[in-house]
Amino acid sequence: MGQETVIELKDVTTSFFSRKQELTVVDRVSFSVEKGETVAIVGESGSGKSMTSLSIMQLVPAPNGKITNGEIIFNGEDLLKKSKKDMHKVRGNDISMIFQEPMSSLNPVYTIGEQLREQLMYHQPLSKREAHEKGIEMLEIVGFARAREMMREYPHRLSGGMRQRVMIAMALSNNPKLLIADEPTTALDVTVQAQILDLMRGLSKDYDSSIILITHDLGVVAELAQRVVVMYGGQVVEEAKIDEIFDKPLHPYTEGLLNSMPKLNDEQTRLQSIPGSVPTPDNFPKGCRFVTRCPYAMQVCTEEQPTLLEKETGHKVRCFLHEEGVGKDGNIDRRSKQTQ
Amino acid sequence: MGTSIVAQNKPNEKIQHSEKILEVKNLKKYFPIKAGVLQRTKGHIKAVDGIDFFIRKGETFGLVGESGCGKSTAGRTITRLYEPTEGEIFFEGENITSKKERHLFNLRRNMQMVFQDPYSSLNPRKTVGTTLIEPLKVHRMYKTHKECREYAQSILERVGLNPSFINRYPHEFSGGQRQRIGIARSLVLNPKLIVGDEPVSALDVSIQSQVLNLLNDLQDEFDLTYLFIAHDLSVVKHFSDRIGVMYLGNMSEVANKKDLYDEPLHPYTQALLSAVPRSHPREVKKERILLKGDIPSPANPPTGCVFHTRCPFVMDHCKEVTPEMKEVRPNHFVACHLH
Repeated sequence: MGQETVIELKDVTTSFFSRKQELTVVDRVSFSVEKGETVAIVGESGSGKSMTSLSIMQLVPAPNGKITNGEIIFNGEDLLKKSKKDMHKVRGNDISMIFQEPMSSLNPVYTIGEQLREQLMYHQPLSKREAHEKGIEMLEIVGFARAREMMREYPHRLSGGMRQRVMIAMALSNNPKLLIADEPTTALDVTVQAQILDLMRGLSKDYDSSIILITHDLGVVAELAQRVVVMYGGQVVEEAKIDEIFDKPLHPYTEGLLNSMPKLNDEQTRLQSIPGSVPTPDNFPKGCRFVTRCPYAMQVCTEEQPTLLEKETGHKVRCFLHEEGVGKDGNIDRRSKQTQ
Repeated sequence: MGTSIVAQNKPNEKIQHSEKILEVKNLKKYFPIKAGVLQRTKGHIKAVDGIDFFIRKGETFGLVGESGCGKSTAGRTITRLYEPTEGEIFFEGENITSKKERHLFNLRRNMQMVFQDPYSSLNPRKTVGTTLIEPLKVHRMYKTHKECREYAQSILERVGLNPSFINRYPHEFSGGQRQRIGIARSLVLNPKLIVGDEPVSALDVSIQSQVLNLLNDLQDEFDLTYLFIAHDLSVVKHFSDRIGVMYLGNMSEVANKKDLYDEPLHPYTQALLSAVPRSHPREVKKERILLKGDIPSPANPPTGCVFHTRCPFVMDHCKEVTPEMKEVRPNHFVACHLH
């Protein structure tokens, strides 16, 4: 890894404006995705993970929502500087997205074939017949046995798992460099989820596509991702390789998330839980955003905001426990470098 | 299904001594499909197609299965929110299958339900207090309004909410808090059995674990029995004592938690368990059994074993003969021709 960066977010900030106030839902988020890599963004509802993905696609609900700061470097160009028309060319072509609800992401009055052809012909110079054949090919790739007949079906005739596969076929049909999957399996049953996960794993292997996987399910993360970005309250609180996240999470929130996940191979009778709930953007605490729920909260946490520091190579954390001089155990031997 | 499980189960009573609080025999629930101008019945959705199981006092029985397998319908039929089409339901030894609505009054008090969606299961126009106090008044639990209110507040406090929230409306709460209100509502009448229909699946992980812990504590404190309906196998494993696996309106396997997860006997249970994502990236998983195709329509279920269209071990026999629920090992029931 590390050969080629597909996309890099630098200090991306997205806010919603109302008459009274400005609510920052994505707060200076920075991370990058390499070629062929799957990066998972993990967090609970309200942590800003979906807004981050919508910011990349520039699909933040207008006019109230706005990306106020930062750069999104894709292919050496800043997506935020692109015109609306240029973004149309990027979306669905270079970057495509799968949404959580397969039920509402397909247009109910057009057949699967019409919807597949439309976006193929928009981005590629194909005739209708060529687009049709390509559509069938894509449906076969995602595992439809009767792909030709499927082209004539309307979305309501398909089950949730089948619709999600159609969405994936659509998202992949223009060979995107980056696929953003926003909770791709949350609405699906476990057996269907297993099919979709296998499919996505195959894609990143066979086509070397990069995937940004947005999910709250750490099990899905363990299955697919190579690197994990944990978000809380609109901020990145931890970023590390998958093994490090599961073996030695540094941020108390990551630790809490891992502990509150019921596991199949575990005999414990009581789950550990994180008290309280995710604060909304209009009442984030003054200091660290996790302070109200953190078991290790210290005086300094309530007053100042911690910075995202690189604790070890490739392992970043935003917590005073791991900051120089403030750490509880005090035996931090390595000088932590500031990332910015 | 010929012999009931219960009859077969008798020699193994030493496993758990407490009496059965709920027993379901050959329960069926069909929904008519109506079509045409005259709305004639054209067929039936066989949502629950003959299931047998029982729940002992104080235990948690988990009912798992994928969407459309009939687990929620089973829950609602047992609580008599739906009229059963066929079969028998016994609650504390009493047959409640065909009791008239007006005789169900006491039953409703003893059997309560917690629903999946914390947003739509609370009346947005009623305060938390009204929601909690209404059943107390209907069942004349306390004489005065003041007593009712005090009791409701104590229950609120018990489920981890501030008693002063009693005058608030549901929209003022988060999903996890609403689910706690739903649990408080099911508790106020001091029921014996609580049917939880996916009570935690709409919640975030950290909140989910809070609610599961709460349900666990309440079970000890109020001497509750749970029928826990869910699709998440890790949650069910964590929470239940015994588990029933449903597929297309039929019960495939019923066993103690440990037996079911360590040694699933039904091919569907095996496939279901193998599909659960790993909990750690380095965890070595047994080979994943991928099921082909989709769940058949419950309006026209396959003949013989309902799972035969997707079963990796299908035999000719399976296509014709419906397998019966058999006790293959002590307290481990499977409906499969392989066993």
